[in-house]
Amino acid sequence: MSEQNTAPKETLFSPKNRKLLSEPIGKSNPITVQVLGICSVLAVTVQLRASLVLAIAVVAVMGLANVIISLLRHGIPPRIRIIVQLTVIASLVILVDQVLKAFVYDVSRQLSVFVGLIITNCIIMGRLEAYALQNKVWPSFLDGIGNAAGYGSILLLVAAIREFLGSGTLMGYQMIPNFLYDIGYVDNGFMILPPMALITVGVIIWVHRHRDRGLVDIS
Amino acid sequence: MSNRYVFIYASVMVVVVALVLSSAATLLRPLQERNMRIEKMQNILSTIGIPAPRAEAIELFEQYIVDAKVLNHLGEEIEGDAFEVDLRDENRKPVEERQLPLFIADVENELYYIIPVRGNGLWGAIWGYLSFKGDLNTIAGANFDHASETPGLGAEIADPPFQQQFMGKRIFDDDGDFRSVRVVRGTAPADDPHAVDGISGGTITSNGVTAMLRDGLRVYKPYFEKQKTL
Repeated sequence: MSEQNTAPKETLFSPKNRKLLSEPIGKSNPITVQVLGICSVLAVTVQLRASLVLAIAVVAVMGLANVIISLLRHGIPPRIRIIVQLTVIASLVILVDQVLKAFVYDVSRQLSVFVGLIITNCIIMGRLEAYALQNKVWPSFLDGIGNAAGYGSILLLVAAIREFLGSGTLMGYQMIPNFLYDIGYVDNGFMILPPMALITVGVIIWVHRHRDRGLVDIS
Repeated sequence: MSNRYVFIYASVMVVVVALVLSSAATLLRPLQERNMRIEKMQNILSTIGIPAPRAEAIELFEQYIVDAKVLNHLGEEIEGDAFEVDLRDENRKPVEERQLPLFIADVENELYYIIPVRGNGLWGAIWGYLSFKGDLNTIAGANFDHASETPGLGAEIADPPFQQQFMGKRIFDDDGDFRSVRVVRGTAPADDPHAVDGISGGTITSNGVTAMLRDGLRVYKPYFEKQKTL
């Protein structure tokens, strides 16, 4: 306790803590840099609305899972730590699924298996194992939120591109004016198919690396 | 850490998790059940061409569905709430003991008879609703859904292009014999009123739909015949 009093008290949003939030969105983005969690990106990004709900669900699961594991980190027996992590994630995912079914039923039908598959999203367990198990509660929370936001931001970006080009809408609202259709504009049906998510992610990775040369692997 | 600690830790964790999850499930169940009832109403309404947004489904259902009956295998009306009949349980019983739900809709003074069906696809349950015109033979609309068919293949039974094929198909032939509607592999002959195109790569689901319609509609034959002679 006395140790804490002498050391300059770290504020909630010190530069170090802010970095926990911002890094995964940019420099160490789980999708574009670590290339994790691709499966759900391919599947749910046809529409912005479903992606938004999944992004929020992942933020909730990841933030809470990191907090819970961080709180328990001194008590978790190392030999069963992976089981404990999985149990925590799985329970949170089931909770999220139940809440979605109760409050936004249509969206939960649309996301179908992908809410359940949050359990297998390797980003979440990766952060628990790599960060929450060794760090205090608040930084762990930020790390979880940051990584989930990094995942979510790519999800939303891909979904916006695909919904706009594939259906001419955003969040279900028509974006392409009718006169363009009248003069012969056609929605690109190919954008709705899963392969285009992969190609879109590829293009995002390309742009990301072009702008941030530090990410390019020169070896 | 001793094995004892590991075992106690794991046991306590499992109990805590079980308590949290079961209480959440219990608390949220009324809301979820309401959502499922609304979805059922939306599906029933869609077979008679009434698009029902979630918020208005209950109101529209009460407006258009003028009667709901439970029948037995002889086509006689029996006690019961048609909306609450669970086909999963009914299909396990012998035909003589089954409760057969029937909904009657009135759209601009034309009566439609709506029958729920349930069967098995490739991976899990499939179910649906069929509405019949006043002649109790011609299908006016169909709606199918599934628990876990393969997306892009069998799951296409839940998409409008597949369902629209059923419009205008007939389940009895000119002699009045029950023929049902078959989902055939490949393309159905255009002049066959008892067949629709199957789904490429979804043959088992297609066959499941065929079986579901055959078994699910046949049991209504006595009722249909009775109505026609009235």
